[in-house]
Amino acid sequence: MDRLMNFFVSPVLKWALLVLAVVFPLISDNEYHIYVMATAFIWAIAVYGMNIITGYCGQLNLAHGGFFAIGAYVVAILTVDHGWAFWPAFIAAGLAGAIFGFLVGVVSLRLKEHYFAIFTLCVGFIIYLLLEKWEALTHGSLGIINIAPPEGFGFVDFTETVPFYYLVLAFLVLSVWLVSRLSRSLLGRTFLAIRISDDLAQSLGINLMRNKVLAFVLSTVYAASAGALYAGVVRFIGPAEADVVHTFDMITYLLVGGIGTLMGPLLGTLAITWLTQMLQSLEEYRMIIFGPMLVILVIFFPRGIVGGFLTWRGRRLANKASQQDQGGESQASTQTSGTPGADKQEAGNNA
Amino acid sequence: MLKISNLTKRFGGLAAVNNVSVEFPANQVNAIIGPNGAGKSTFFNLVAGAMPPSEGRIEYQGMDITGMAPDRIARLGVARTFQTTMLFDQSTVLDNLIVGHRLRTQSRLWDVIINSKRLRDEEKKCRSRAAEVLDFVGLSHIGHRYIADISQEERKRVAFALAMATDPELVLLDEPAGGINPEETENLADLIRKMVKHGITVCLIEHKMDMIMSLADKIMVLDHGEKIAEGTPEQIKNDPVVIEAYLGSEQDVEA
Amino acid sequence: MDLFLQQVLNGLTLGSIYGLVALGLTLVYGILHVPNFAHGALYMVGAYVAYFTMVDLGLNYWLAMIAAGAVVAFLSVLCERLVFHPLRNAPPIHDKIAAIGILLFLEAVVQMYWGADFRRMPTPYTEILHFGGLTIPAQRLLIIAGAFGLMGALHLYLKKTMTGATIIAMAQNREGAFLVGIDANRVAMMTFAIAGVLAAVGATLFAPINLVYPAMGHLLIMKAFVIIILGGMGSIPGAIVGGLIIGFAEALGGFYISNEYKDVIAFALLVVILSVKPTGLFTKGVR
Repeated sequence: MDRLMNFFVSPVLKWALLVLAVVFPLISDNEYHIYVMATAFIWAIAVYGMNIITGYCGQLNLAHGGFFAIGAYVVAILTVDHGWAFWPAFIAAGLAGAIFGFLVGVVSLRLKEHYFAIFTLCVGFIIYLLLEKWEALTHGSLGIINIAPPEGFGFVDFTETVPFYYLVLAFLVLSVWLVSRLSRSLLGRTFLAIRISDDLAQSLGINLMRNKVLAFVLSTVYAASAGALYAGVVRFIGPAEADVVHTFDMITYLLVGGIGTLMGPLLGTLAITWLTQMLQSLEEYRMIIFGPMLVILVIFFPRGIVGGFLTWRGRRLANKASQQDQGGESQASTQTSGTPGADKQEAGNNA
Repeated sequence: MLKISNLTKRFGGLAAVNNVSVEFPANQVNAIIGPNGAGKSTFFNLVAGAMPPSEGRIEYQGMDITGMAPDRIARLGVARTFQTTMLFDQSTVLDNLIVGHRLRTQSRLWDVIINSKRLRDEEKKCRSRAAEVLDFVGLSHIGHRYIADISQEERKRVAFALAMATDPELVLLDEPAGGINPEETENLADLIRKMVKHGITVCLIEHKMDMIMSLADKIMVLDHGEKIAEGTPEQIKNDPVVIEAYLGSEQDVEA
Repeated sequence: MDLFLQQVLNGLTLGSIYGLVALGLTLVYGILHVPNFAHGALYMVGAYVAYFTMVDLGLNYWLAMIAAGAVVAFLSVLCERLVFHPLRNAPPIHDKIAAIGILLFLEAVVQMYWGADFRRMPTPYTEILHFGGLTIPAQRLLIIAGAFGLMGALHLYLKKTMTGATIIAMAQNREGAFLVGIDANRVAMMTFAIAGVLAAVGATLFAPINLVYPAMGHLLIMKAFVIIILGGMGSIPGAIVGGLIIGFAEALGGFYISNEYKDVIAFALLVVILSVKPTGLFTKGVR
């Protein structure tokens, strides 16, 4: 039992998940499932972005879906109306995410808690309205069709599902890798201090604005890149991409998986995506389940699947270490300082 | 160390701190006392830069820090604790302390991406500083415990350690002994003495009179935002104005 | 000139509805410091209950309004008891997420029963009155009179009754209120009930000149937030004045600047205000 539990938080889990993701298209002969998985990965990338600003830094950003849509629209407009190829447009989308993120962040992050959430809710809505009304630029409510897919190379053709799946997987791995490095670093700890309290962070000499804007821009780059990939696979987008419902969906993924944890965004996104797939008939009414689920989660399991598990396990480790304390001091100190990359570290840093 | 001149903070028409001038010398315990609502916390917030004063001047080591942002003041060597200890419950004691030394490091996003040598060195530095301050406050044995699982007094000590991790020269303690029992209070007082012995200047707000009287070298008394007395514990104890102020607000000053 | 007056009238209509919804929001915020994102959904439920009572049960408009008020007040109190009360000591991000959960749930339930299509709610007051060059549909007059009547009643309630006075006391100082022995639970429930009634009555008044659909609360709740930020979070007169400002800005802006973008006006205003003054207009100092 113990060994099984250890497996679930050890780095082995990450490698196992990766191997599983790599072989998934080989063992699944259902192309639709592969497609669903690929889109789930895209959403997961966006959720990782949300986790940076909301999970680590503690600022509830309700414009996240809007930034996702900005990324998608940049690719759509550049490839369809200006004849760009996908990849340059993809980079432009990431840049647009950074620039808009910076502009919105500089204004909105001066606001505290509720004001920030309300402000970003409004920003998200302004993005939606602009996409819908600014017909000359965005084609209005008709949306944009025939978006260029990512160009392949050699035999690789990204309009086919399986190669596209691997492309998205590569981006996902990159995203998770960066967040894992971030969360373990001094910078990640800086974000966490801000999450505890602005006042505390400032008293520790942390420049609030600089760090919050950095976290926000990172998150919007994630969102915009995910949106760009999304545009490349569905190849048709409309203003509905900016609907606040997508932001709410992402909050659900994040909360189910575990807000502020490393693997939470991925596990939450996958769990909910497949749950929705299984309850296909419920698609339209999924919120009847997800709404109360959000409430129950924040009341009873605010740290989600991964977070709850880490706390439970970390506490047991701590108790074990305390017992060993009686035996010898040195034992405890190696436990506390921890070795980099060890799962113990994850329990602390991902908290 | 700290020189305050004519410090005033008004909220609307009300002066929470009114024309207070005082000097707190280095290397000793300076206490600020006064009845509830006397403006003690506001005074602290002004010194720490959490809010700008309406009027007056704050000098720290001869430097004018009036209106400076709190994070800059912290980098100059002023640390503080809060009335309510804010810590990260779902993380271990040691993990909570590592960020304390962040202000003495330089690493940026780029260092994180390439995992630079600078970042690795600085993380090592922060980690060892955390272990040091943990040892300083006498909590080495619970470094691996979760914050949620430690006692109130231990939390207070962790908050002290966090402030110490910033390498401060002046530490502002906001009601350090709030909510803990007399014996623990005595232990905390010892810790504060130890801080002073290590060259740190302490400024604290406290309600527990016996603690203040035995600990402080200098006391300033605030009432309705104004300084009504300052001096040694002996002088304060016998000051008729102070006794009057405390009796007036139905608290006792007998130590 | 007549055109201008017509827009003023439109602004007054819009403004009084915005004021009603914002009032509920600001009361709840004042007491619990929860930005209740679900408030717009309560407004929407109010419209549907009124619609159901009139169309399906065939009852009259005023009964429909009472039914809507009662149902939504109950729902609102239920939210307080089941969700916000257990979360009162949680980190601030949690109650916001929970409020979003409630919002999603209510919308999904309504959509399951009534579908996503737009419905038109009937009103017995279809006359159109003429004053000089002005055309005034009776329903609009009813909205204005109803909204201000309700605000007046609320004012009396808050000033003249014990519970009302405690609501105000608690809004001003939560800790202080606990010290003097106010039953915080009762006050919180009462506040949520009042907020629910205001939303439901607002919805019943406004629905006949608008459409009824599951997402009808979205735009409104966001505007209500803009209003209470404009008027100071927790301020009662601020919500009413703020509501009127936004109402007029939209009516006049929509007519003289661009009808397409009239919904952006409120948000643009918010962006400008918060950029200049991060704590909102009319906030009294720093607490």
